[in-house]
Amino acid sequence: MMGNRKIEKFSDSLNESLFRFARYNYRNAIMGGYSNYSYWRSTFRVFCKNKVAVFLLFLMIILISFTIIQPYLPNQKSPNQIFIDPETKMQYVNLPPNKEFIFGTNSIGQDLWARIWSGTRTSLFIGLLVGLWEAIIGIIVGALWGYVRKLDRIITEIYNVLNNIPTTIVLVLLTYIMKPSIGTMIFAMCITGWLGMARFVRNQIVIIRDREYNLASRCLGTPTRRIITKNLLPYLVSVIMLRLALAIPSAIGSEVFLTYIGLGLPVHIPSLGNLINEGRLVMMNSTLRYQLIFPAIILSLITISFYVIGNVFADAADPRNHI
Amino acid sequence: MFNYIIKRFFQSLITLMVVITIVFALLRLMPEEGYFGEGYEKLDEQQREAILTQMGLRDPLHKQLLDFYKQLLRGDLGKSIIYRPKVDISIILNDKIPYSLRFGLSAMALSLLIGLPLGILMALNHRGFWDKLGTAYIVFINAVPAAIYYLFIQVYVTGIFKIPMLYSESNPLSWILPTISMSLGSTASYAMWMRRYMLDEMNKDYVKLAKAKGLSGPRIMLSHVLRNAFVPMVQYLPSAILYTIAGSIYIESLYSIPGMGGLLVTAIQRQDNTLVQALVLIYSSIGIFGLFLGDILMALLDPRIKLSKKAGAR
Repeated sequence: MMGNRKIEKFSDSLNESLFRFARYNYRNAIMGGYSNYSYWRSTFRVFCKNKVAVFLLFLMIILISFTIIQPYLPNQKSPNQIFIDPETKMQYVNLPPNKEFIFGTNSIGQDLWARIWSGTRTSLFIGLLVGLWEAIIGIIVGALWGYVRKLDRIITEIYNVLNNIPTTIVLVLLTYIMKPSIGTMIFAMCITGWLGMARFVRNQIVIIRDREYNLASRCLGTPTRRIITKNLLPYLVSVIMLRLALAIPSAIGSEVFLTYIGLGLPVHIPSLGNLINEGRLVMMNSTLRYQLIFPAIILSLITISFYVIGNVFADAADPRNHI
Repeated sequence: MFNYIIKRFFQSLITLMVVITIVFALLRLMPEEGYFGEGYEKLDEQQREAILTQMGLRDPLHKQLLDFYKQLLRGDLGKSIIYRPKVDISIILNDKIPYSLRFGLSAMALSLLIGLPLGILMALNHRGFWDKLGTAYIVFINAVPAAIYYLFIQVYVTGIFKIPMLYSESNPLSWILPTISMSLGSTASYAMWMRRYMLDEMNKDYVKLAKAKGLSGPRIMLSHVLRNAFVPMVQYLPSAILYTIAGSIYIESLYSIPGMGGLLVTAIQRQDNTLVQALVLIYSSIGIFGLFLGDILMALLDPRIKLSKKAGAR
């Protein structure tokens, strides 16, 4: 009887407003020691502080979406079609930029505009695939190398041997032996590319694995999956993204290099390397230099942008740079 | 220390053997045209077989590999087939190496002279104008493929200053551009590393102590920070010096300098199998030996390096 009455009295003093959700208040939250820290939001905020990187990111988004939709736009020409002047029955050879051919035509009468975008597609495709492959193999090998203590010695020795082989040689040798194709090129670039990634992932994992906060997490019974996604991965994201972003300029550079020494893709597959090489052949003639300048500008824009975005993002994604 | 050198030496030796064996194995997969000189089409099947047998290419693989090693140990790199038929490759190299060395070494000197001071200037002027300018330069050089700025330098600078476009032995004016272009890349990397190591050192506690002791700023920089920052730079020097032998593939073929880099391009384009094989071997042994020397030099200079856990420590 007594208890019942007391509860009744207690409930009398309650009113509806106490049962509504409290609004999140930043200042009160900070005073209470709560932080609404979100990894990705902080990364984004730090990234946005760098105006140049944001500008280049927008530029790349526009450029990449344009390269994807370009073939579906009206009035686009095929990159390999040779155009013939209907009056003279001659090919449109080395036409300077005009209304019909925005970037002009090359030495056998193909449309440079179509070839440049098609080449950008090829080069970006190679770069992205190489980057992804490096990331996948690098993370798997690096994780095994870092976690499984028995494998440490063996993989270290293998790494030391492989790391001593000059990359250029592997590239040259493999492309020399295999038939020139996109697959060959990607294969040759991938075969050494993952080494750096694997070492970095391994070093990070070895460092972070036994830190106190991970030990504490494990003692508190945090499942391994959560430790990996919440405690380890944020440290690795910056590296992975950096590698991915830098793989693109370096793959494009390797492609240019291989094309230059005569091991590039066949001419009917336009790529930025192929276009630069075609431009190089006519560069002594100052009226034809546009054939070198246009692909060179696009290529430099892409490589510089990815390089800068990658570096700025890697800084932003590093949790130590937050707040 | 001695143990470390021995261990590192054997490691390099094993790497070299792995590379040689891989190169050997891969070149057996090559199209066989590359083993004939002129007139491949005129030969019939039997004659081709006869030539291949005579060259030992029809022997069992393990015997071929053994012969290959024996030949290498005698210092015999074989004979060129297409490039200069029946001429010893070592003779060809003898003609080529001096050109590459001359340009390589002068470019290296130039990039050290510019790169190191630039790096120091950037570190002292951290986040200032020079730092930003230098960073822009480094980003440009690292991001844009070398072929592009080499091409533009060759096309435009020769036009503006009326310098001959191609290399000629008798005209020293034509030596300037190849040297400068060749030094651009290494200047950027020397500046980048110098800046990073300087900044690393400047944030260390001993600098604070030196300041607290009342040493002057320049004094701290010169006798403490600079000396410590320079040690890791030394690691790259042996490789850089050795790689000058290999020459620059781009520069030498662009300016038609008769050096080693141009040779590799020619050998590949004309599919001269033995020459490619020899060049690849030389390039990779230079790379491996350079890393070996760099590591040894580092270990000698910096006693703090943990010799046993090399891969982890880096």
